[in-house]
Amino acid sequence: MKKLLNTLYVTTQGAYLCHEGESVLVNVEKETRLRLPIHALSGIVCFGQVACSQPLMGLCGERGVALTYLSERGQFLARVHGPVSGNVLLRREQYRRAENPGHAVQIARNMVIGKMMNCRTVLQRVLRDHGEKQDKETLEPVVRRLGRLTNEAEREENMEILRGLEGNAANEYFSVFNNMITAQKDYFSFQCRSRRPPLDAVNALLSFVYTLLVHDAVSALEGVGLDPQMGFLHALRPGRPSLALDLMEEFRSCLADRLVLSLINLRQIDAKGFQKTESGAVLMNDETRKTVLVSYQKRKQEDILHPFLEETVPFGLLLHIQALLLARHLRGDMDAYPPFIWR
Amino acid sequence: MYSEDNLLPLSALQHLLFCERQCALIHIEQQWDENVLTVEGKGMHKRSDQSQTESRGNIRLARGVWLKCLRLGLTGRADLVEFHRIDSPGEGVALANISGRWRPFPVEDKHGRPKKDLMDKVQLCGQALCLEEMLNVRIASGALFYGKTRHRLDVVFDDDLRSQTEKAARRLRQLLASGATPPAVYEKKCDSCSLYEQCRPKLLQQNNASVWLTRMIREAVV
Ligand code: SF4
Repeated sequence: MKKLLNTLYVTTQGAYLCHEGESVLVNVEKETRLRLPIHALSGIVCFGQVACSQPLMGLCGERGVALTYLSERGQFLARVHGPVSGNVLLRREQYRRAENPGHAVQIARNMVIGKMMNCRTVLQRVLRDHGEKQDKETLEPVVRRLGRLTNEAEREENMEILRGLEGNAANEYFSVFNNMITAQKDYFSFQCRSRRPPLDAVNALLSFVYTLLVHDAVSALEGVGLDPQMGFLHALRPGRPSLALDLMEEFRSCLADRLVLSLINLRQIDAKGFQKTESGAVLMNDETRKTVLVSYQKRKQEDILHPFLEETVPFGLLLHIQALLLARHLRGDMDAYPPFIWR
Repeated sequence: MYSEDNLLPLSALQHLLFCERQCALIHIEQQWDENVLTVEGKGMHKRSDQSQTESRGNIRLARGVWLKCLRLGLTGRADLVEFHRIDSPGEGVALANISGRWRPFPVEDKHGRPKKDLMDKVQLCGQALCLEEMLNVRIASGALFYGKTRHRLDVVFDDDLRSQTEKAARRLRQLLASGATPPAVYEKKCDSCSLYEQCRPKLLQQNNASVWLTRMIREAVV
């Protein structure tokens, strides 16, 4: 199996990255703080005031190492892209299918099914592991409704209705999200999703981890030669990586949400790590951000059985594998796109 | 005759002969395993863009020689072409900045051990055909050097090998022009294929993703 490589997250403000031969150097105040071989990296993510030398950008482009700039808060700014490689014929097929409603809905449907089933499994696990009586009464009906929505999605041929079903499922799931927070409830409470800006600490955490996931989804798609912008489920919008957003749907609950929940529930982060600004937006401090990054990386190292391949792989490779399976389906090697179903 | 901007990589001949699907994965789909990429990448760096020549008595060693053959539509680089000094004035080729006549002799390094099939020989013969066209000379033989066994195998470019090579070049052009990747068929050689992960021949033969998904839903949601 392909090796899971590390992503280098640089959060130190004022850092300067360059390379010496095969090593990537992170310099802070003229002092080399870190030295890593480039072949051990799949990506470099720079937060805020971090500069990279031009030769390093070139090396990243050449080696297919994704180099991404995010704002200090984790908003996407830019990505460095090497020469376009990959299979132009595959991309043409991707565009064809995306433009053909009958084809697009087949792929989108399987992604939605994957997303719904994984949300459902997340809730079922909570019920199984520590379902109090009160939780049972709230969670069980949602689990049932998610099951029904899955069955409906399975038969749906119309993209707009499918998107509607997906929206319903997301609402169902987030309506009980707060029940899954079992510690520090006075500070970490969740009412509904707020994105721009996140209005509470839980939303700030979710948004941040989703950004990391988008970054990984974009690299995974580019790695197999697909265009991350040309999606099936998500409508096209300039600048939006629609296919990356499609691809990560299956992973939001079982990877990102569970990570956020365990950070809170295991008290790895606390209220002191957040700050409310005048506008009502909630920001996290550097230390909290680092804690999140470290546990995200750790989660990616954990092994999991891939249900379709029937092979144990690190969590962090799942996006790559799903991108590969999607490419295989587009090329006609497989009759359908098999989504990632978490069990 | 093919035009200069319509040449195919010589290295694709050996991929083609190993497995047409592998050849398509690499040259149509541009999918390759990182290991392959790094190995090739390192090789490229070692060679650099410059060709280098050194003399050892009656042998001139030219490294990283650019090659092309418009007749077969191939291009690539040779690791090493030796030029052996010969006495007969009418034979061989003249070289720049040095007197005498020289016989070209391509030598290709291979990491592994000698193989039963023809692919290494065909690739070497492809190099020879390029050199023949470029230097307007007939090349009788070359050599493969196997890293694992440190064994040097002389290869004679006889009619049979030449026609195999030309056939492979034609087939390569057909395959790449079709733009279609042949389906996977699992065989023993797959176990040593560097693109096994990308190809997954066993899995794709089942072609059963929708049946699988239905089963997954039935198992989970009753
Ligand atoms: S795994 Fe087998 S079928 Fe697939 S590319 Fe390699 S040799 Fe060909």
